[in-house]
Amino acid sequence: MKTLSKIYNCLVFAFLYAPIVVMIFYSFNSEKSRTNFGGFSLRWYAELFHDTVILKSLYLSLAIAVLSAVTATIIGTLAAVGINSMKGIKRKTYLTVNNIPVVNPDIVTAISMMILFVFVITRVNGLEMGFWTLLIAHITFNIPYVILSVMPKLSGMNSNIYDAALDLGCPPVAAFVKVVIPEIMQGIVTGFIMAFTLSLDDFVISYFNSGSAAQTLPVTIYSMTKRPYSPKINALSTLLFTSVMILLIIVNLRQSGANKQRANANKK
Amino acid sequence: MAKGLGKKLITAPYTVWMMIFVIVPIALVIYYAFTDSGGAFTFSNLSYIRDYSRTFLISIELAVISTVICLLLAYPLAYSMSKMSAFKQQTMIMLVMLPMWMNFLIRTYAWMTILEGNGLINRAVRAIGFEGFHMINTNGAVTLGMVYNFLPYMILPIYTVLTKIDKSTVEAAQDLGANRFNVFKRVLLPMSIPGVISGITMVFVPAVSTFVISKLLGGGKTFLIGDVIENYFLGNTGTINYNVGAALSLVLMILILVSMTVMNKFDNGETAGGVI
Repeated sequence: MKTLSKIYNCLVFAFLYAPIVVMIFYSFNSEKSRTNFGGFSLRWYAELFHDTVILKSLYLSLAIAVLSAVTATIIGTLAAVGINSMKGIKRKTYLTVNNIPVVNPDIVTAISMMILFVFVITRVNGLEMGFWTLLIAHITFNIPYVILSVMPKLSGMNSNIYDAALDLGCPPVAAFVKVVIPEIMQGIVTGFIMAFTLSLDDFVISYFNSGSAAQTLPVTIYSMTKRPYSPKINALSTLLFTSVMILLIIVNLRQSGANKQRANANKK
Repeated sequence: MAKGLGKKLITAPYTVWMMIFVIVPIALVIYYAFTDSGGAFTFSNLSYIRDYSRTFLISIELAVISTVICLLLAYPLAYSMSKMSAFKQQTMIMLVMLPMWMNFLIRTYAWMTILEGNGLINRAVRAIGFEGFHMINTNGAVTLGMVYNFLPYMILPIYTVLTKIDKSTVEAAQDLGANRFNVFKRVLLPMSIPGVISGITMVFVPAVSTFVISKLLGGGKTFLIGDVIENYFLGNTGTINYNVGAALSLVLMILILVSMTVMNKFDNGETAGGVI
């Protein structure tokens, strides 16, 4: 039974990692072929760094991810505090509306915003799809995730400590910054990271709302898949994958290190 | 807690934002769905649903098949993960999540290399002396792409629910004479239904509405409802028609809303039954 489940697990992971391994392998191909391996070379990596279209869309993706995550975190955290103190139908309505972008398929969220943007653009001169429509769209689908990660922290927090700070003469804003924020910090950070990665990874919503002027990295990758095969995609994906892997390993090691320290401290 | 902070003031940016960029766009989708290009009220956009009933059916069929395959693949893995040591569990979770960090376009694209007529599988098959298969640009390839991309969304919620089950519940069942099969069937399975339900929705919703997987692995031969909608919004100038696109999106939205409501009912019923 034990070995059987081990074999099974290995098979599932082989399935999950097969395309990734294939892609990394062919990123070092000296030939421009998807299946013939002509020998080891770093040719596609060199070409990648000279491809201004890819580099530009990478910068745009990072810029949109940072800006939308920061904005969504601020708007979302404040709103979560407000919603948390609501009751009854009002609270329910807010939470239902908050869930709309989470539950709706990406394509529906994407076209609904595209309709709005086109509706405004065709009526106001001088506007067009681009950086701003992208940013607005990303903030919109990020906010609900910030709220969803901050709300549990708020409801788990003892609200008396905020009242205590007020009773001791602390002005509300200072009490909020010094008492509430540290208590819910973990939720805020989780929300921010989620917003950042969702934004960086998003294709569907960017595809419908970017226009031709501002293309994020996933949109550029999509247009590359339609053109004749280029191993540059493989090189790019390998670099992205390696950086994510290193990041995750560092985070995990730090976490397990912290856990061990805590365990040791408990033993003493 | 928001006392003194101006309850309305701190929620105001959010309220305004969600109004303009969530509520208004959905209202516009509904408006476009029931008007013609001139803005006059009409039902004719909805009549396109009949023309696309086959597309809807294929989309639902492929999404259901891949959801079922995901469930069958994910459950045993999640189950064995939940019984591992803490360190191993953490590693396994990382291994499940790592592919998700790579953009799904890239992962889907990599499958083209494997499935192509001259791809890796066919080369291996021919190397041992058999004829190659035709795999790319079929419904099967699209289903495979869906299963591959959304499998982690099924593994994670089932795993989470299974780890949260109190071990003493299982022990109690064993003490009362249940064998392994009965422990699974009468304790673990019913208690893990909430995870299964959220896994099903997390796989079904993106699968039924995808247009990328069908484009890359179906090569235009598998035309899903997502492809149709994309075509009405971003196709050639001749095919663009926001009104019909909005009507089809509205139907897709309602379809998902209904199936999720049904699933949630099922969830409540099952857990209630389990308690009795």
